[in-house]
Amino acid sequence: MDDSGFGATGVQLLTEQGVRVEHPDFAISLTNEGFQSLLRDMTLVRRLDAEATALQRQGELGLWASCLGQEAAQVGSAHAMAASDYAFPTYREHGVAWVRGVPPLEMLAMLRGVTNGGWDPNRYRCAPSTIVIGNQVLHAVGYAMGIQLDGSQDAAIAYFGDGATAQGDVNEAFVFASVFNAPVVFLCQNNQWAISQPTNRQTRTPIFERAAGFGFPGIRVDGNDVLAVMAVTRYALARARAGEGPTLIEAYTYRMAAHTTSDDPTRYREAAELDAWRQRDPIERLRSYLTSEGIIDDDFLEGLELEANDLGELIRAGVRAMPDPEPGAMFAHVYAESHPDIDAQRDELDAYLSSFVEEGVR
Amino acid sequence: MNTRELTYVKAFNEGMHQIMAEDPDVFLIGEDVAGYGGVFHMFDGLLTTFGDKRVKDTPIAEQAIIGLGVGAAARGLRPVCDLMFMDFIGVAMDQIFNQAAKMKYMFGGAVSVPLTITTAGGAGMSAAAQHSQSLEAWLAHIPGLKVAMPASPYDAKGLIVGAIRDDNPVIVVLNKKMLGVKGPVPEELYSIPLGVANIVCEGDDVTIVAIGRMVIEATKAAQALGEQGISAEVIDPRTVQPLDIDTIVTSAKKTNRVLIVHEAVQFGGIGAEISSQVQESAFDYLDAPVTRLAAPFAPVPYAPILENAYVPDAARIVAAARQLVERS
Repeated sequence: MDDSGFGATGVQLLTEQGVRVEHPDFAISLTNEGFQSLLRDMTLVRRLDAEATALQRQGELGLWASCLGQEAAQVGSAHAMAASDYAFPTYREHGVAWVRGVPPLEMLAMLRGVTNGGWDPNRYRCAPSTIVIGNQVLHAVGYAMGIQLDGSQDAAIAYFGDGATAQGDVNEAFVFASVFNAPVVFLCQNNQWAISQPTNRQTRTPIFERAAGFGFPGIRVDGNDVLAVMAVTRYALARARAGEGPTLIEAYTYRMAAHTTSDDPTRYREAAELDAWRQRDPIERLRSYLTSEGIIDDDFLEGLELEANDLGELIRAGVRAMPDPEPGAMFAHVYAESHPDIDAQRDELDAYLSSFVEEGVR
Repeated sequence: MNTRELTYVKAFNEGMHQIMAEDPDVFLIGEDVAGYGGVFHMFDGLLTTFGDKRVKDTPIAEQAIIGLGVGAAARGLRPVCDLMFMDFIGVAMDQIFNQAAKMKYMFGGAVSVPLTITTAGGAGMSAAAQHSQSLEAWLAHIPGLKVAMPASPYDAKGLIVGAIRDDNPVIVVLNKKMLGVKGPVPEELYSIPLGVANIVCEGDDVTIVAIGRMVIEATKAAQALGEQGISAEVIDPRTVQPLDIDTIVTSAKKTNRVLIVHEAVQFGGIGAEISSQVQESAFDYLDAPVTRLAAPFAPVPYAPILENAYVPDAARIVAAARQLVERS
């Protein structure tokens, strides 16, 4: 693990022990409700993630890419966004989708296998997850260039991981955003592992330092410090809105779970590493700080626990109750309008299926 | 409509000017498209007329050009992304077939990707194996994409307008060797719907389905065949995806013989699809096997003498059509 500079080079506003510290360039001031809402969102996202992982283990979901340990990087950055901004996430950004207002069952429907996508991206101004590594980073830049064309004050934010930084799409996105001064924030969650490959097999330069070569600022932030992530993302979004162009944020964090439910991380990383990162848990850190400041009390935490339990109940019951799609659904939305070949193939399938009805088989 | 003679590339260019004037959501990005007007002059004058917000030169990265277009389409715009030579489409293929083509489907219909990709394909310029390919079958194989292949100045204008107005990702493949070909083009803005074939000339003895520039060769061949007492019907599908198979099948049932001509390699080409669909729908009407005339299964050669032999032409179309007719 490349641990050099953790804390020292990453912007931090809340230590691993939950103590508030000042940073010369970044500050954050929140109401009590603001602090509570960060803790609430991170806690509920962790519960959603745990429920989804359990459902996958029970055979109720096809796959799950856990965001365990990355709640601060996701919730903090999404809290910095304005309602009219647009997020382009990967498949792991459940915390971002949650903060954007995507209902939990809409997040789970695709992996339940009842829909090809999930939610209406324009409703939540959050694109559904992209599976091909790095593709969405270019989309964010294109979207940002669209913002420039209509002259609004919106911004786009592209999420990606350390593994994606080798992709051509990501490097091309850096070049284009820089050349066109696009109002976009590149938010890289360096969670230290790209499936089984550590970050030092992805890059020999700290990720945030790469930005200099492309001509815009890069900032490393303690990705497990929700306050720092929010402050730095706010700064980057403000730059974008002010016409100052892109910013690369490297949120230095850790993937506490497997890459997805289909791999076994004990085969490629040490338990000691996991233990070390467990001491830096993003939720414990904030909870400890808010308790010591009297911003939350036992009643709040008890209420939050009940809310999480209700969420778990909703997810478990809701996922199991999702109806299978009709066979004809495979033909829907290939094109914006009807297509002669697809119509003919739908009719063929309908005729085939109804032949069983006549025989009394179905 | 007032009609006058324009070259293929000027007709295309006029369509771009008129659709950009009509719809402020249309914008153009690509390599050398702004100040230079495109290496084939497809985009001459657009920068001056519409400004650098809507006409943008980009760094050289084809995948990025398409990726930007997909993102801009999510913002509700109608991007036109130029890929210069069709051979470069491989660099951008991931964004084309994994993103642009599938986004509507994978988002449950919630978004459209009204993206137009312009590019120039075709051989005959001694431009060698990496600047001469006809890759339309590769694209037509992907559900979600549409592929237009204008074969006249009239179609170059009407199909670019039709593509930009279409709510799907459309690749418009211009033919490099046709850029200077002249033909009648109405002055007004008009659009050709995607998926409707053009019956270039009517005939009774043999149907020649020709793709892209082969329409010109097929038309010459039909004239020569006519002088030899063989009446050929030439059909230009205009788009290979969607494919207007009904027009082709109707013609096959009338002439009972079908020859398909394209300059893409024969193996796995659009001709194979057309041939298969014709025999599925018109088997009992056919007096001879559906026949293909296309490029050999080899890269496009550089040497002009080899390239001339590689690409089908009117003489070979005449010979192939005669064989079909004489067989029965």
